[in-house]
Amino acid sequence: MFLKEYINDVLKAAKSLLTGMKVTGYYFTHRKEIITEQYPDNRATLQLAERFRGEVVMPHDENNQHACTGCSACEIACPNGTIKIINKFDIQPDGKKKKAIDTFVYHLELCTMCGLCVEACPTSAIKMANTFEHSVFNRNQLTKRLNQPGSKIREGVE
Amino acid sequence: MIEEVGTTTEGDLVINVGPQHPATHGVLHLVITLNGETIKKVEPHLGYIHRSIEKMCESLTYRQFIYVTSRMDYLSAHINNHACALCVEKGLQVEVPQRAQYIRVIMDELTRIASHELWWGAMAMDLGAFTPFFHAFRERETINTIMEETCGARLTMNYMVPGGVMFDLHPDFQKKVKAFIQQYTSKINEYDELVTGNIIFQNRMKGIGYVTKEDAISYGCTGPVARGSGVASDIRKIAPYDVYDKVEFDEVLETGGDSFARYLVRVKEMQQSIRIIEQLIDNIPEGDFQAKTKAVLKLPKGEFYQRVETARGELGVYIISEGGTTPYRIKFRSPGFSNLSILDHMVRGHKIGDLVAAMGTLDLVIPDIDR
Amino acid sequence: MFSLEGITKAIDTWLNAHFNSTVVLLAECVLVGVAAIALFAVLGLGLVWMERKVAAVMQIRLGPNRLGPKGIFQTSADTLKLIMKEGLTPDGADKFLFNLAPFIVMIVAMLVLAPISFAKNFQIWDINIGVLYVSAVSSLSVIGILMAGWSSNNKYSLLGAMRSGAQIVSYELSAGLAIISIVVLTGSLSINDIIQSQQNGWWIFKGHIPAIISFIIFIIAVTAETNRAPFDLAEAESELTAGFHTEYSGMKFALFFLAEYINIFIVCSIGATLFFGGWMPLHIGNWEAFNHIMDFIPSSIWFFGKTIFLIFLIMWFRWTFPRLRVDQLLNLEWKYLLPISLFNLLLMTVVAIMGWHF
Repeated sequence: MFLKEYINDVLKAAKSLLTGMKVTGYYFTHRKEIITEQYPDNRATLQLAERFRGEVVMPHDENNQHACTGCSACEIACPNGTIKIINKFDIQPDGKKKKAIDTFVYHLELCTMCGLCVEACPTSAIKMANTFEHSVFNRNQLTKRLNQPGSKIREGVE
Repeated sequence: MIEEVGTTTEGDLVINVGPQHPATHGVLHLVITLNGETIKKVEPHLGYIHRSIEKMCESLTYRQFIYVTSRMDYLSAHINNHACALCVEKGLQVEVPQRAQYIRVIMDELTRIASHELWWGAMAMDLGAFTPFFHAFRERETINTIMEETCGARLTMNYMVPGGVMFDLHPDFQKKVKAFIQQYTSKINEYDELVTGNIIFQNRMKGIGYVTKEDAISYGCTGPVARGSGVASDIRKIAPYDVYDKVEFDEVLETGGDSFARYLVRVKEMQQSIRIIEQLIDNIPEGDFQAKTKAVLKLPKGEFYQRVETARGELGVYIISEGGTTPYRIKFRSPGFSNLSILDHMVRGHKIGDLVAAMGTLDLVIPDIDR
Repeated sequence: MFSLEGITKAIDTWLNAHFNSTVVLLAECVLVGVAAIALFAVLGLGLVWMERKVAAVMQIRLGPNRLGPKGIFQTSADTLKLIMKEGLTPDGADKFLFNLAPFIVMIVAMLVLAPISFAKNFQIWDINIGVLYVSAVSSLSVIGILMAGWSSNNKYSLLGAMRSGAQIVSYELSAGLAIISIVVLTGSLSINDIIQSQQNGWWIFKGHIPAIISFIIFIIAVTAETNRAPFDLAEAESELTAGFHTEYSGMKFALFFLAEYINIFIVCSIGATLFFGGWMPLHIGNWEAFNHIMDFIPSSIWFFGKTIFLIFLIMWFRWTFPRLRVDQLLNLEWKYLLPISLFNLLLMTVVAIMGWHF
């Protein structure tokens, strides 16, 4: 009786090991199952999800105009102090002063890509871009100015 | 032999396992006392990745603090966010739209599968088999891609906001989730053939790291660790939140109490998660994905507590509000911390190899323990 | 027809024609030494590359693919890096033993190379107790491992070395018994005789079920003896970080690493010699035409083909199975492999005496 159990044990063990080897053997003989993506080589064909949060950008239209009113909602919403808005007062043609942004400072090195600033923006002036290759040699380069030089607020955005 | 266990005498070997060690999956530091190969005592030392998340949350508003909690148990980021969002909603008394509730539950279950997949691979790697890790990552990667498409990130999603979810679902979401379910069910056999049925694996797991039902309760174990010992502790059943009371699923209970029972609980839980997703994915109601909330959230003065079932066990969020825009105090009851406390108890008298295996079945995420 | 035998003959004749016999002997010794070291380097690099490729494909990834075609020079670059690195000796270590250990392991691996027959009449040393020599010398490598583990003054190293000691000493038994079961059939310990006896078919086919069982036992035992997964308890990455070579760095680590692969090659070539006829082409009984066609393939290709197949088998084990625990490892040997191989030896003896084999 003991011998029968002993042999049964050995055979069962051998069977379980062979089924395991069958699985790895299958993958060894089926190279099409390989799922590796060769990243720097496939840059041209790389498809990123459109909602992927890579960095905050401020889209400008062809007239170099953006939609940022300088309301600082994003600055308040940001949990890390990533955004700093410096405002100035434009003198309108009719002599009135109007608040506008001077510099939209964005600290990429502090950003955690949570997307709360984009959610908070009332005029959809900023959005999350797909870029993700942010490495630079100098940390200063990570502090960015999002509004382009000479840009103005788009007409009709309040 | 028994009386020797647990005492340090001269001639014992004291080894520091960690904070940099391949088996601790992070910066856990275990001081183990050995008698030859036999473990006499295990003493976990914590704090290597303590980032004072609870203190940080006190200076963040109710919208902001949710994103920090993704960094606690980073493998179930959605579920952490979900717990915080639910707790804030409790304070605000906001009714979350049906659509958002459905989306949240589907996301939670996808996260649970992804987390268990990673655990499954890492578990096998702890035991010395490297191949399952990569096979598990194939399925996990599919989930990550689905997450990326809808939430915009792969690991720390920050998708749940007070009152609902941040965006609506991606148009391809349902199609992709169904494709994933198909992919998963076609590979599930392979998992069993490669790992579960393997004789070496079974011998390493069975009868090791035994936790009785009483011990599991008295040490405060939750999640798969408690369910492996037969303690019904699934918050989704005990105190259903969102639409968990509308779906049909079984709470996986194993009575073995050993490493293998905990392993089986997690593997079967993945299938239950698939079952939940299958029930919900075709029935997501139309409507808003976010309730209307004020721009600045203020919780009324009081104390709020919400618990959810993460992939590791019960996560509790406890907010004390003084009526301001930021919480006065936040406390997280993390599952990993309580589950780790039983490690010493369950590996005494076993071999070093068993320590690694038993620790693998606890499914520890160190940032979740230290916070 | 290409043959290694022709090359050695030509060199020998040329040397004899130009110098006296002492110089010839010395020159041939130097040539053999250089050839052995060159073989080591090529084998070590080639097998590491093969391991990485096999592992990669089984794990649904690509593996090394940057340096050279299919990444074939990756391992050379790695070795170059290891040579450049500083070989640290820990402060508390026993410096003499610590530095000696990797060389002991390497020298043992080199010594075992001597009686292996790589091709027809291509052998460093045709000793008449070849099989005994191999099993005797290969067990010396445990001394190097114990030395490394003890002298490192590191608890992980010590645990790894003690495990390795227990493991190699016990698995020697069943490996030896598996070898003896073939010796029983051939009646000779000389490797050349064993190969010659497989002229009309390999022992794995001729020896019935006992030969297959002893082959399985042999392959399990040698996997354990070379400290390969699932028996890699001496290294046990997830338990002991790197086991006995935790403290080694630079070229000293590389020597351990290469010695592991050379040991695999040696045990697999012994396996190929004993069970698959070494360099002997596939011959089936009296099928003259078939045997003649098989003879056209050079004997060295037969030998290396069989050896690499066995190496692949061992790699296949490694990338499929989890690791055993230390007590299970010894259980497997003393409760399963040893009784089975003893019984199998008895069976084999009966087969040999009754002449039931072909």
